[in-house]
Amino acid sequence: MANEKLLEGLKAYNAAVEKTLAKSPERTNLEVNRLYTPLDIEKFDYETSLGFPGSYPFTRGVQPTMYRGRFWTMRMYAGFATAAESNKRYRLLLERGGSGLSCAFDLPTQIGYDSDDPIAEGEVGKVGVAIDSLEDMEVLFDQIPLGKVSTSMTINAPAAILLAMYIAVAEKQGVPADQLNGTIQNDILKEYSSRGTYIFPPGPSMRLITNIFEYCSKNVPRWNSISISGYHIREAGATAAQEIAFTIADGIAYVEAALKAGMDIDDFAGSLSFFWNAHNNVLEEVAKFRASRRVWSKLMKERFGAKKPKSQMLRVHTQTAGSMLTAQQPDNNIVRVALQTAAAVMGGTQSLHTNSKDEALALPSEASVTIALRTQQIVAEESGLADVVDPLGGSYYVEALTDKIEAECWDYIKKIDELGGAPVAIEKGYIQREIQESAYKWQMQVEKGERVIVGVNKYIDKKEVPPKDLLRVDASVGEGQKKRLAALRAKRDNAAVNAALDALEAGAKDEKVNLMPLILTAVKTYATEGEICKRLRKVFGEYKAISTL
Amino acid sequence: MDIVKGVLDRSRLAAAKGITAVENEYPEATGIMQALYPHTGRAYILGITGPPGAGKSTLTDKLAKEYRKRGKTVGIIAVDPTSPYSGGAILGDRIRMMDIAMDEGVFIRSMATRGSLGGLSQKTADAVKVLDAFGCDIIIIETVGVGQSEVDIVKTADTTMVVLVPGLGDDIQAIKAGILEIGDLFTINKADREGVEKLHIEIEMMLELSGNKTGWKPPINRTIASESEGVLSVMDSIEAHAKYLKESDELKTRRAESIKTELLAMIAERIRRHINKTVAETRDFENTILRLQQREIDPYSIADDILDKIIKQ
Amino acid sequence: MAEKRIRVLVAKPGLDGHDRGAKVVARALRDAGFEVIYTGIRLTPEQIVETALQEDVNVVALSLLSGAHNTLFPEVTKLLKEKGLNDVLVIGGGVIPDADIPSLKAAGIADIYTPGTPTGKIVEFIKANVK
Repeated sequence: MANEKLLEGLKAYNAAVEKTLAKSPERTNLEVNRLYTPLDIEKFDYETSLGFPGSYPFTRGVQPTMYRGRFWTMRMYAGFATAAESNKRYRLLLERGGSGLSCAFDLPTQIGYDSDDPIAEGEVGKVGVAIDSLEDMEVLFDQIPLGKVSTSMTINAPAAILLAMYIAVAEKQGVPADQLNGTIQNDILKEYSSRGTYIFPPGPSMRLITNIFEYCSKNVPRWNSISISGYHIREAGATAAQEIAFTIADGIAYVEAALKAGMDIDDFAGSLSFFWNAHNNVLEEVAKFRASRRVWSKLMKERFGAKKPKSQMLRVHTQTAGSMLTAQQPDNNIVRVALQTAAAVMGGTQSLHTNSKDEALALPSEASVTIALRTQQIVAEESGLADVVDPLGGSYYVEALTDKIEAECWDYIKKIDELGGAPVAIEKGYIQREIQESAYKWQMQVEKGERVIVGVNKYIDKKEVPPKDLLRVDASVGEGQKKRLAALRAKRDNAAVNAALDALEAGAKDEKVNLMPLILTAVKTYATEGEICKRLRKVFGEYKAISTL
Repeated sequence: MDIVKGVLDRSRLAAAKGITAVENEYPEATGIMQALYPHTGRAYILGITGPPGAGKSTLTDKLAKEYRKRGKTVGIIAVDPTSPYSGGAILGDRIRMMDIAMDEGVFIRSMATRGSLGGLSQKTADAVKVLDAFGCDIIIIETVGVGQSEVDIVKTADTTMVVLVPGLGDDIQAIKAGILEIGDLFTINKADREGVEKLHIEIEMMLELSGNKTGWKPPINRTIASESEGVLSVMDSIEAHAKYLKESDELKTRRAESIKTELLAMIAERIRRHINKTVAETRDFENTILRLQQREIDPYSIADDILDKIIKQ
Repeated sequence: MAEKRIRVLVAKPGLDGHDRGAKVVARALRDAGFEVIYTGIRLTPEQIVETALQEDVNVVALSLLSGAHNTLFPEVTKLLKEKGLNDVLVIGGGVIPDADIPSLKAAGIADIYTPGTPTGKIVEFIKANVK
């Protein structure tokens, strides 16, 4: 049913546009249409495209009332230097109104090396907190009631070990595992494609992940056993559609691995969570969030036969885009983060980390991290964006964009399925190359001035003074951790440690064994993370990256 | 720095500089090669070729490790294509070999094709000689088997292995003419993928069609190089081929053939340079071109005349 | 001499896996006509220097985002000198505070690039400074 009146109006409008263009041409770097009308969403059907918040296909959100009841979890990613130092920062954030914790670990911890390993030289405590053993974890959560807060841990290859340490600390606080709330990232596929903190080859890595799924579904039921992450894929240079497509393709691989291990879809699908990037283009980001929920719910319902609504929901944590922060005129980053926050909120995120203005230069200082948290509070309390569910639903532009991103996403999923699934597509370098191509295109657009970054390639301040008060991680952290490790190795029951590690190594050799209980036993003897990973490396080997350039 | 002395004293820096000298055609390159030549001919040379993504670097890495276990020193020359647009190149083969990069008994060098026809095979042959004189027992040349010049490079090897993977579809048709006939060994890598049997049969059929006249029947091995599976049988096949070459005297014939090809190419190259200098860059020659354009003379007689003159000189 | 090309080793010391910048720079250098040896992530300074030696590169371009630059960059220049690679130009990029730049330059890093640097600037610097 073509709307004749609309078509007529459009003709008249186009004529007017021609006249205007003759006088004042438009910018040449625009990638979207000039105007969106009902003609751009002809296939739009309220029931099937949107439905209602809290029900299939969840386009408008995973929860009926969204932020009218409770705001999203304001979860600030933090961690640096020692466990004691990070514990102080966590308590500060909770005291200032943060509603959840998010732990950043240093690279040696993320890659399974103790702080005294020669390869860790210079890296200890740098991008996150250094955790070597249960002893450090006890300090990290000292005086933080683990039964009450929810904790997200950005840990992947050694996720099982850090989760085990968390469970052990909670036990010491008297909190049983089934009371624990939180998330481990546990997403190895994007480590191979984008982030780089892998340890083991794909086979054993996928086994560890399904071991965790199984263990959590029985023992830590409120825990999100994976956070399937597009954030880093986007940071590596992907487009919005690529971000959700490659991540959902990873998600499909995890679901298939769990099904293959004999689990029932509705037993674990509800504990899968996602992690998106909130980038600069506000409306594109909103459309991306909406499209991702629609794709995932369709996949879970139609392809995997999930029945529980919770299994069909794409619940998501979000972080504002770190790669969009500029080292130049860093105060401008506050504005960028505010817009990205608005996008994540209008997109319906379940929790959010906001970056601090100084993160293109260093780890955030206490003052700048407070501004970042306040930014969320302003959006929540003052902007009105949180007062209505899916405020942009029905916008011609946003609906058309949601459809477009969804279609691109399905195209990629089809292509990846044809290649044999995400693990094969990564092994062949397909996903890495697609991301690199987008990253290079972006960089060239910036260098040619086709894409403006304020303060970087336009509105440059020639007299800029470098900012002061940057956070510096004390170089003595590494030495301190080394001493702690030496003392620990001297005082713990080394016979018990070795027995636990031997049992773990034996278990690793038998594919049928779930490694979680063995790891839990090992961490309780104060076996270090590096010692545990060393045994696993011995059995599993190490992943070798391929060249994709 | 005295590169020749350095190479013979096993200085890694000297070996690196020596290869650069040949690669960049530095004036001192000929002198270096002249001095090193008597010290070459010791190493066993293995050529590895195959389509992009076949896992050649991974296989090279695993073979090198195995040779090291057996006490042999290894040189690796990894050749990657130069971009025809910019003249630049990304050489990424080392990424698979970082484990062995710190081994004193391994020397790895990446080379770009630099778009020079024919010249490339001479340069890699010289780079091989530098590593030979430097003391490498085994030298592996790894190239992407797509162009004629890459094929020419591996032709200089004692044993040539072609690496293929299942699932490349029609690619095997495209490359079979060029590289299948030079394979002394075939390796189907990533053999856990679908299509292994089909590829195996295809290779067998092509080998039968080519009508093997020697006493060597190229074996077809299967590997999953990333997990070291099948690497030992590849090693066995390489050793078996080396033994066959030695016992059948074909090694001598092959090397003689290779020296002959190389010498002829060197002479041709020198003649070409001589002609450029004495003929092409003269005023006389420009006049000749003009007269040819006017059809006053014909190029066939002129070419004969010029050759006569050069020979008389 | 017509065949001389500038050879650059693009390397990531340390443990961080963020290789977006390193890969973009590698491509830009290739497109500028350089031969780029790319060795992936997680390299030790020893591996970087040994690679620079074997590949006889003119330039070592280091990329590091984890904050370990003050330890690892000077380690690379120190080892290069020890191995006799005196004419190799070393440059570095990453999340590097301005305050660290003078000491890095004193340690032999010829130029430092922070986020937002156009790749063209790196190309120009290499062309002007390669020995």
